[in-house]
Amino acid sequence: MSKKEITITIDGVECRTWEGEYLLNAARANGIFIPAICYLTRCSPTLACRICLVEADGKRVYSCNAKAKEGMNVVTQSEEILEERRAIMEVYDVNHPLQCGVCDQHGECELQNYTLELGVDSQHFAVPDTMREVKEWSTVLHYDAGLCIVCERCVTVCKDMIGDSALKTGPRGGPAVDKAYKETAPKDAYAMWNKLQKSIIVPSNGTEHTNCSDCGECTAVCPVGALTERDFVYKANPWELKEIPATCAHCSSGCHLYYETRFTSIDNHDEMIFRVKNEWNFQSLCGAGRFGYDYENRDVTKDEKAFAKAVEALKKAKTVRFSSMITNEEALMLQRLKEERGVRLVNPEVRPFQRFLAAYAKAAGRSLYGSDYKAIMQESDFVVSVGAALRNDNPNARYAFNNVQKMNKGAGLYFHPVGDTLVPTFGKSVECIAHKPGQEETALYLVLDLFADRENLPEYIKTYLDGFHETRKRTIKERVMKEVVEKVLDKESGEENEVKKKVPEMVEKEVEYDHNLLVEALGGDPVAFADSFEKMMKKKSSFALIVGEDLYGHPRWENLAKLVALAEKHCGMKLAMIPPKSNALGVALICDLDDSAEGYTVGYNQPGDFRLSALGEGDLDMPAMNQQEGTMSTMNKRVVPTNAALEYGGYELNDLMNALGLGKRLSVDWTAELPVDKGFQAVEFDDLSDGFLNDGTEVRGYALTAFKSRPSAAKVAAASEEAVLEGEIAYRCNPQRQFNDFTDKAHQIFEAFALYASPEKAEALGERVEVVFEKGSLLLDVVADERMQGEIVEIPDFKADRDVYGLFGESRYANVTIKKV
Amino acid sequence: MSLEQFKNRNVGTQNYTMLDLGERPKTGWDRFKQVARRSVKLELFTGLKVTFREMIKALFMGEMHTIKYPFEKLPISPRYRAIHEMKRLLESGHYRCIGCGLCEKICIADCIRMDTRYDENQRKEVSEYTINFGRCIFCGYCAEVCPELAIVHGGRYENASEQRASFALFEDMLTPLDQLNQQQEFPGFGAVSPDADKKIKKTPLAY
Repeated sequence: MSKKEITITIDGVECRTWEGEYLLNAARANGIFIPAICYLTRCSPTLACRICLVEADGKRVYSCNAKAKEGMNVVTQSEEILEERRAIMEVYDVNHPLQCGVCDQHGECELQNYTLELGVDSQHFAVPDTMREVKEWSTVLHYDAGLCIVCERCVTVCKDMIGDSALKTGPRGGPAVDKAYKETAPKDAYAMWNKLQKSIIVPSNGTEHTNCSDCGECTAVCPVGALTERDFVYKANPWELKEIPATCAHCSSGCHLYYETRFTSIDNHDEMIFRVKNEWNFQSLCGAGRFGYDYENRDVTKDEKAFAKAVEALKKAKTVRFSSMITNEEALMLQRLKEERGVRLVNPEVRPFQRFLAAYAKAAGRSLYGSDYKAIMQESDFVVSVGAALRNDNPNARYAFNNVQKMNKGAGLYFHPVGDTLVPTFGKSVECIAHKPGQEETALYLVLDLFADRENLPEYIKTYLDGFHETRKRTIKERVMKEVVEKVLDKESGEENEVKKKVPEMVEKEVEYDHNLLVEALGGDPVAFADSFEKMMKKKSSFALIVGEDLYGHPRWENLAKLVALAEKHCGMKLAMIPPKSNALGVALICDLDDSAEGYTVGYNQPGDFRLSALGEGDLDMPAMNQQEGTMSTMNKRVVPTNAALEYGGYELNDLMNALGLGKRLSVDWTAELPVDKGFQAVEFDDLSDGFLNDGTEVRGYALTAFKSRPSAAKVAAASEEAVLEGEIAYRCNPQRQFNDFTDKAHQIFEAFALYASPEKAEALGERVEVVFEKGSLLLDVVADERMQGEIVEIPDFKADRDVYGLFGESRYANVTIKKV
Repeated sequence: MSLEQFKNRNVGTQNYTMLDLGERPKTGWDRFKQVARRSVKLELFTGLKVTFREMIKALFMGEMHTIKYPFEKLPISPRYRAIHEMKRLLESGHYRCIGCGLCEKICIADCIRMDTRYDENQRKEVSEYTINFGRCIFCGYCAEVCPELAIVHGGRYENASEQRASFALFEDMLTPLDQLNQQQEFPGFGAVSPDADKKIKKTPLAY
C-alpha cells in the first residue's frame, strides 16, 4: 500500500497528510482539535458518538470516517455543528449519575471534559432511567453499567486490536426515546440517542463473564468510569496519582506505560503503584503489563555482610547465569565482567536467539531483521506467522496479526503445531496449518513456494520447489444445465406440446490440478488450501512474515535462519522476529553468551551457587525492573528508556561492579557506552526522549542501527524430517499474562504453573500428572485451556527455579511420558 | 513628618504632654505628711466601696462578669475555624463523607489523608480519615471545597492534649451517634446560600 502525500485545508490551515487518511487523524497530526469520543486511532471507526461532525467541502461528514482528498476544505466549527455537538453532549448527560466525587474516572473523564468544553449548562432532554446493574466480568474487569455511555470503544478495541472480541452491545431494556424529540432535537443527537437508549455492553459469549485474555485494554480506553480494573475500584483518585513513564519489562514488546504511584495508605507512607496506564491510541498493553506491576523488591536495606559475600562470590565465579529481564546497562556490565574477569555468561533464554540472529545476519547481509510490528500493522495486508504461539508468546505480535486482518482487510497464514481456536477468529481469511513439530523448514519452503518471485529465485531452489508440484487428476462434481424435453398437456386445446426446459444436474468430471506436496506434508488438504489461498490473495500487495521462538531452538536453526533471509529477500516480505524474552534483543546484541555453565555459578534472578535476586529470596537483593532506570531493546528494534517508579534501598549491580573496580558512579552512566558497533548510539540516558507525538510517531529513545554486509552465498539445505517429533509431545509455552517470576509475583495475575492442555486432552490426563523428560521430571496440575486444540501439551517456563529450560534443552518441543499421579 | 523630625532621636522630648502632678515630696518629713493626710481622708474606702458593690451584684444578684473557664466556655463565632468536625446524615446516621478526596487535594498544608475502598454495598467506603493537626493551619479550604458539607470547622479551639493524635482520626471528628439530634448545620464557608433554590436551573425528569 503506497501512500500519496496531499494537502488539505482545515479551518484555513494548510495541512499535509496522506490520501485516504481519516480527516480526524489528519487534524490531530496537525495539532487541530476536533472532539471525538468513540474513535480509537488504530481501530475502525465506530460512528457511535457522531460528535466529530465537520463540514468537508460544504458537506456534513463525520471526520473519523471521512477520507482526505487532495484540496479538500474542512471546517471544524460552525454554528450548526456546535449546536449539534452540544445537543449530543446533553444527550450523553441524560441520567448519567452526578456522583463524580466517588467515580474512578473523576478528573480524567471525557464526559466531564467535553460537557465543559462544549458549554453544556442546561438540559433539554429526559427519558426514564433503567436499572443497570454493576457487573464483575472477570477477575480483573469491573463494569458499572450505570456510568456507561455506550461509546463502544471497549467493543472496538477488543475486536480490532486485541482480537478477543469478548464484548458486544446488548439490549438495555427500558423505555424508548420519546418520539416528540424528533421535532425539537438536532438530527444527529436524536439518532445517536435512539441507538444509545437501546443498548448496553455485554460479554459476547452470552454469559455474565468475559472469556478473554484479561488484558484490560477495555478499561484503558473507557472514557468514563464504567469500565475499571477491579483492584483499583474506589481505592484512590486518579488525580492524586503520580505518573511515571516507563517501559514494561515483561516481554520483548517493551511497551510504553505509566506506573501510577501514591503513598500506600495512612499507616504506610511508602510509594506504591496503584495501577498502570498506557497511551492507548498508540500502544496497547497486555494483561501482564497492565496487571503485573507490583513485583518490586520491597523493604530492602543495604546488607553489608551479604554485599561482601556477593563480591567474594563474583570474584571466584566461573559463570554468571542471568535472565533476560535486565536492562541494556546491566547486560553491558555483565559483558564487561566477562571481558575483564573471563567469566562465562549463560542465558538459556537468549542463546538460541542470538545464534539464530547471527546466522540470519550472515545470510541476509543485514544485522537486524528488516521490519517491525508497527510497520506491519500499518502497511501489511497479508501476515504469515511461523514458529510462534501467537496467543501466548508475544501480545504485540498477536495484536499486529489481528489488526492486519481487521484494519487492512488482510489475510493471514498461521503455521503452528499446537492447535488454537482463537487465531482463526481474527478474520475470515485466516488459515491455520497445524503441522508436526520440527516441520518448520517445510513451512518456510511453502512460504517461499507461495510468495516468492520465481524468476529471481536461485535455480536450485526453483528446481527443489518444483519437485513438490504434481499435476494430478481429481473428480469434481459440476453443475451442468441439461436440456430436457417435456411433454405438457395443453388444457384448452387438449394437445400435447413438447417444451424444452433447462434442468440443473450434477455431473462428475475429471480435472487436472496442481497438487502441492508441501501442503500435504504439513498435514493440510492441497485442494482446499489452493482454493482458500486463491481467495486470500485477492487484492493483496504487502506481505509480512513473523517468525518466533520455535525456530531459534530448532535443531536445524542455521538452515532456518537462511530460509528466513531467503523468504525476506525473494518474497518482498516485511520480516519481524519475536525475541523470546524481555530484553532478549539487547542481551543478544551486547553479551557474548556461552553455551553452558561451568564451575562456581552466580545466578542473577536464576538458580546458581550464589544468587543475586530481585525477587527477595536470593543471597543478595537486587532492584526489580520497576525500581531501576536504564534502557531496554524492544522487538521493534528501538532502545527505549525506563524510569524507576519505586524507591529501592539496597545494592545494585553497579555497586558490585564498583567493588570489583569496574563500576561507574550511576548505572545510567553506562548508557552512553552501549556498543555502537552493534547498532546502539552513544547517547546519555538523560538525553533520551520518551513518549509519542500527536500523529502516533514514537519518539522513545532511538532506533537500533542495522549494519549491512555482503550476504553469504551459502546454499540452503533441503527440508529435513530428522527433527520431526511423533508421539507424546510437550511444548514449552507460558500461559497468557505469565512471562517470568515477576509476573507470577504480581497479585492480580493468577495463571498457575501447571500443564496446559486442550479440554479433551485434559480430561484424559486427569487432575495431576508427572511429566517425565529425558533429564528429569515435573509434577504438575492439569489445566484445561479452552482455546487449545490437539494432543500437544504446554508446559510453562516462567518459574526459573524449576529449570524448565534444562529439561527441554534448546528446542521448545520435547518427547515426554505423562503419567497420572 | 519632615526629615528633620525623624533625625531628632532625643526620645522623650518630642510631642509629649506633661501631666501636672504637683510637687513630689522631697524630704522624709514631707513624705510622712502625705501618708498621714491620705490615711485620715479615708480615700481607700472610696475604692473599696466599688469593689464591694460589684461583689454583692455578682454573688447575690446574678450579675457575674467572668466565667469558670475550663468548666464554662464562651460561645464562639460560627466563622471561627477550630478543630474540624465530620458531620453525619440526619436521616440515616451514616457519615456524609463520600471519600472524593477534594479536601485532601486542596489542603495547602498537605495534612489530610484518607483510605477508601469498594465495600460490600458497592459504595465507596472511607475506611480511615486523618488530619495532622501539627501541620494544619486552619485555613478552612477543606470545609469550603467539601461538596457534601461533611467536613466543617467546629468550635473546639483547645488544641492542647497529651497526644495530637487524640483528635485526628475519623471517629474522633464524627458526630457521636447519640448526639446526632444536637448536630448543627454549618453556616460558614461552603454552606448552601439561602437563595440557592432560586439560582438553580431545573433538569427535566421523565419520572
